[in-house]
Amino acid sequence: MGFPHESHQRETAVLSQHFGVAEARTLDGWKKRGGYQALEKALAMAPADIVTVIKDSGLRGRGGAGFPTGMKWSFMKPGDGKPHYLCCNADESEPGTFKDRELMRWTPHALVEGCAIGAYAIGAETAYVYIRGEFTEPLYFMEQAVKEAYAAGIIGKNAMGTGKRIDVHVHKGAGAYICGEETALMNSLEGRRGNPRIKPPFPAVSGLFGMPTTINNVETLIAAAPILMKGADWYKKMSLSNPKSTGTKLYSVCGNVQRPGTYEVVMGFPFREFLYDLCGGPVSGRKFKAVIPGGVSVPIQSMEEAEASLMDYEGFVEQGSMLGSGGVIVIDDAQSMVRVIARIARFFAHESCAQCTQCREGTAWATKILERIRDGQGAMEDLDTLMDISENMTGKTICVLSDSCATPIVSGIKKFRSEFESLIQGRMFHPVLAAVA
Amino acid sequence: MGGLESPDYASHDSGAHEPHTPVFTGAAKRELDELITRYPKKMAALLPALWIVQRERGWVSDGGMAEVAELLELTPAYVKGVVTFYTMYHQHPVAKYFIQVCTTSPCGICGADDVVKSLLRHTNTGELGVPSPDGKFAVIEVECLGACGFATPIMINEEFIESVTPENVPAILARFA
Ligand SMILES: Cc1cc2nc3c(=O)[nH]c(=O)nc-3n(C[C@H](O)[C@H](O)[C@H](O)COP(=O)(O)O)c2cc1C
Ligand code: SF4
Ligand code: FES
Repeated sequence: MGFPHESHQRETAVLSQHFGVAEARTLDGWKKRGGYQALEKALAMAPADIVTVIKDSGLRGRGGAGFPTGMKWSFMKPGDGKPHYLCCNADESEPGTFKDRELMRWTPHALVEGCAIGAYAIGAETAYVYIRGEFTEPLYFMEQAVKEAYAAGIIGKNAMGTGKRIDVHVHKGAGAYICGEETALMNSLEGRRGNPRIKPPFPAVSGLFGMPTTINNVETLIAAAPILMKGADWYKKMSLSNPKSTGTKLYSVCGNVQRPGTYEVVMGFPFREFLYDLCGGPVSGRKFKAVIPGGVSVPIQSMEEAEASLMDYEGFVEQGSMLGSGGVIVIDDAQSMVRVIARIARFFAHESCAQCTQCREGTAWATKILERIRDGQGAMEDLDTLMDISENMTGKTICVLSDSCATPIVSGIKKFRSEFESLIQGRMFHPVLAAVA
Repeated sequence: MGGLESPDYASHDSGAHEPHTPVFTGAAKRELDELITRYPKKMAALLPALWIVQRERGWVSDGGMAEVAELLELTPAYVKGVVTFYTMYHQHPVAKYFIQVCTTSPCGICGADDVVKSLLRHTNTGELGVPSPDGKFAVIEVECLGACGFATPIMINEEFIESVTPENVPAILARFA
């Protein structure tokens, strides 16, 4: 709903419709809005039937990779005699992304409900919600919601009087972007350093505490409830582009734009109209220069690419980037791309867990070189070196943090090479001249 | 973490050498006992236990780590290895008001660096990581706080404050006098 702004008429507010309404945070307020009816319905269904509905809806993971959720759930084999676990990934640390924060601080019961549905569907009795430690407000409201849900018997050893056990626990992280990577998250939850694990084994085989585990993003789990209530067809129809991308998607918009905030639109919405109509376009006197549509791990788009994009998993790929986490970062003509990219590289260098050489060394060296160029001390060969380092950082490590650092560097040099060259040739970046050029 | 040297934000407080008095007595012990029941293995209560230590003492000392280690049947070295992985556990006493400012790119292009300058000036700290002469404030830069649409977000201890600008810094700091 464009939160914190007024809802825009072209938005489709399903998950975000109660943002800004404090009453929706409470159990009573949530029930008044139809809360926990989906869980009641789910508990009366066979888990396999829930998985089928989610499969049919076309819902795909909202945490970044877009893996089909129903298929992920179907990897969990019922009746194997082992405890199963659900982990909700609420680590949200991808720069540009803050949608899960809004979901948790405005509709915490929606997530309790989503976790309970997900857990039941995969045969788990326990769901852990791993929330980044800096999210003090979401942590507070989630803890309140869990407490209320236990007290009302909605979750616990006899969930909604069905005799089924569903525990939901909030687990507070302690500052580490890498713990958003699913295997690092499980290590962290177990009380270890947050180093990603080598896959296979995949979490569905050996995950949390060595048991079959499913990890889902906050938005993914929250979407399950309306799908169960309104049906797979209803969800599938919310698509303007292609049948592989269905439903609504939350986008958190930030950077140099008139109305930053969290928006919800149906899959396939034209990105151009999104940026100029919903988000209000650039601030006065400026022009957009570049967009990073899915958090800093995805390729930077030129404005031509951005304006031609349809907002769905395939649409962004067609225009040189990815949907990612839905964290839209808008960059205007007053900014130096070199500065932006150097700071992104520093982010990854800081957050590398340091267990792979290519990542530990690559992120650090790329940062040093980029900062040297930024400060007017670069040489032309540096650009080739950066491309070389990036190549060595891609596809060779335990997790994709390393690849993620290379992505903005490679796309940035390819699409904005002249800015790098000007700085290297001693022409400092000048916003006004850049705007005219 | 990573291959870049990070600045050492240690304060010079002598509290680091005081003998450790146990954290986990009474209510805190009961709180930990309940937390342990949430997991099939005791070790999983490690991060929550460390959070309790930091809440009660303001930081996590070697003594605090040793106490947690004993309660969770781990070694102090193991606990230290975990503590050092995460940026939010303070391994030294910190200023009374510990200010964290996001300067990652999305905030950076919205003026986060000017917010840092304003904070350094108005807290009288002058330099990142260095406590103010009265020991009240310290300012550090941190990576994305997950509130990028509300640039620039800062945290003062556990309080999350959105939309900070160089201009509204004095009014915000006045609340922490
Ligand atoms: C370095 C790194 C950081 C990640 N951070 C997050 C995160 O903060 N939140 C999230 O939901 N997924 C994050 N992911 C993706 C998760 O590994 C995982 O794919 C996702 O949580 C699965 O949920 P989904 O299928 O519902 O999208 C991250 C991945 C990597 C490699
Ligand atoms: S790629 Fe980087 S963050 Fe990922 S496991 Fe290797 S060192 Fe750690
Ligand atoms: S980049 Fe500053 S909060 Fe995300």
